[in-house]
Amino acid sequence: MKKAFSDHLLDWSGRLLVLLILIFIALPFIVVFIVSFNDSSVVEFPPKHWSLRWYFNAFSYEDFVKGLRNSLMVAAVGSAISLIVGAMFAFVFNRYEFSIRRPLHAILMSPLIVPNFTIGLGALLLAKGIFVPRSFGLLVLVHVMVTLPFVVRGVSVSLQNFNQAYERAAESLGASPWYILITLTMPLLLPGLISGWLFAAVLSFNEFSASLFVANLRNQTLPIAMYNYVREYADPTLAALAVLYVVTSAAVLTVLHVFFRLEKVLNVE
Amino acid sequence: MSSDHQSSENVSARPAVQIDGVTKSFGNTPALEPCWMKIKRGEFLTLLGPSGCGKTTLLNLIAGFLEADNGELFLGEDLVTQVPPHKREIGIVFQNYALFPHKTVAQNVEYGLRTRGVPKEESRARVKEALSLVKLENFADRKPRQMSGGQQQRVALARALVIRPRVLLLDEPFSALDRNLRVSMQIELKEIQTKLGLTTIFVTHDQNEALSMSDRIAVMSRGRVRHVGSPQEIYEHPKDLFVATFVGDTNLFRARIESSEGRTRLDIGGRKVEISSEQKEPRDLPSAVIVAARPEQCSLTSVESPDAIPATVAVVVYQGSYVELYLECEAAVHGRIMMRDVSKSFFHIGDKVGIRLATKGLNIFGSEQEIG
Repeated sequence: MKKAFSDHLLDWSGRLLVLLILIFIALPFIVVFIVSFNDSSVVEFPPKHWSLRWYFNAFSYEDFVKGLRNSLMVAAVGSAISLIVGAMFAFVFNRYEFSIRRPLHAILMSPLIVPNFTIGLGALLLAKGIFVPRSFGLLVLVHVMVTLPFVVRGVSVSLQNFNQAYERAAESLGASPWYILITLTMPLLLPGLISGWLFAAVLSFNEFSASLFVANLRNQTLPIAMYNYVREYADPTLAALAVLYVVTSAAVLTVLHVFFRLEKVLNVE
Repeated sequence: MSSDHQSSENVSARPAVQIDGVTKSFGNTPALEPCWMKIKRGEFLTLLGPSGCGKTTLLNLIAGFLEADNGELFLGEDLVTQVPPHKREIGIVFQNYALFPHKTVAQNVEYGLRTRGVPKEESRARVKEALSLVKLENFADRKPRQMSGGQQQRVALARALVIRPRVLLLDEPFSALDRNLRVSMQIELKEIQTKLGLTTIFVTHDQNEALSMSDRIAVMSRGRVRHVGSPQEIYEHPKDLFVATFVGDTNLFRARIESSEGRTRLDIGGRKVEISSEQKEPRDLPSAVIVAARPEQCSLTSVESPDAIPATVAVVVYQGSYVELYLECEAAVHGRIMMRDVSKSFFHIGDKVGIRLATKGLNIFGSEQEIG
């Protein structure tokens, strides 16, 4: 069938628009990517000479190494706690009706609307008031608070899609509540749990403004170390670090994708 | 376990299921009024009623998904009122089958054997046996979503049967199937049920299903069991107007009862209709009554005939082996009645006809009853 000229125009202008949007989204990263190979110690665009020295600098700068280690630790512990606590709350909200259900839900979800720095400041003042030092534990606690709503949301959605007839069927077949939890509920909720946990881990790893208040010099996370660095130096080390950041996350997601077949897990009815 | 069960079956006089005054309300809304029922071993009992009549509530009470407010429930010898569902040994086929989507057909069927710790060898044999019973031997390794609705239904049935349940509960299992498949599945289920001698409780709102499959039907409405009886009893001698109108097609006429010289006559719209004396004693009924006549109890005659109720043809529907006639009739409760004309005489809209009622088998009710 022959297409009218106007259809062709619409078709191609649509493609062009999509391309422009993609370029617009990728542009900041492209600039950062180019700048990271700039030899000059002042950020300039476009660069005149090329070098990899800022990558070496990023790797050897002690605060970054320590920051990365701290960030990974906080993200790992924080997202794990967030996943367990969040999944439990989501389960309770989904299955039970009780008097403080709504207020409790509202409080748990409030970090979605309260700015992160408010949470950080509040946690700092509270900790000072009850003589708790700015420790790793406090940092993790703040990260759990910030990431919890996302886990609760994610798991709640999969619980709503979960057909409780499965549990009834299993019960009628003689399965105890624990056996049902392990053989049915958990495997069927796995996509929701994994995505909730991934969300929490990524958010925690990127979290900056709340951590700024509760982290001290020894346990500062990578984003804080980067912030402190940029206050003192203006060289492209941060650009190099940013490129590493993006490449690493992409690599991690790809590995998850290939080895755990994320698309298959996420496609379960 | 199953051998114990067999031996107790021979000794015991108790029915397979006994419901003793069980009630259930949700908040202030009663869902099930006090209910008494006995279901014999091997019997196929249908709970029939419109949605919200309490049939699903009763099923859930028997399964143990709901807890009774009052009354006792026995399965065979055992009092199970307080027993959780996973210890009741009941097989259930759910409306949407509830097959576990992440498990294969064989794993689905095997599930109830694993919870019982049945040894591997025996379990494998029983799964195979159950799958061959529903003619799905070759589908063991499929996932449920790779199968058609009818096949999923068979898997659900095999999964419920493999545990050798004391009672099989079927919760509107055919409602998701298309008509042809539904009929063939009904026949197949009935065959399996008879072969295994399985006590079965079947929930449906479809009267045809109920009539064709059941040994006995319990017609329910508004949380009450209205009538329990064989399909024939339910159809031919319904206990009340609700049952008469809910099960099968029924034409209702307003009438007055007149008794003289030992004979009973009905006055329907001024026409006198003789009825045989085997009917209910007229003095049990008020003088204003409603006569329920099945379409096959109505025949067409000339409008001049003295005992014929006058009517006008309103709609003619050709149905192949018969013609369905909808007639406007002043004496009818809804102003309209339905008949099947097997002779396929060609009536036209607007034709004046007379309706003659059969003298035997008419059901007569007090006029203030609920109509289904």
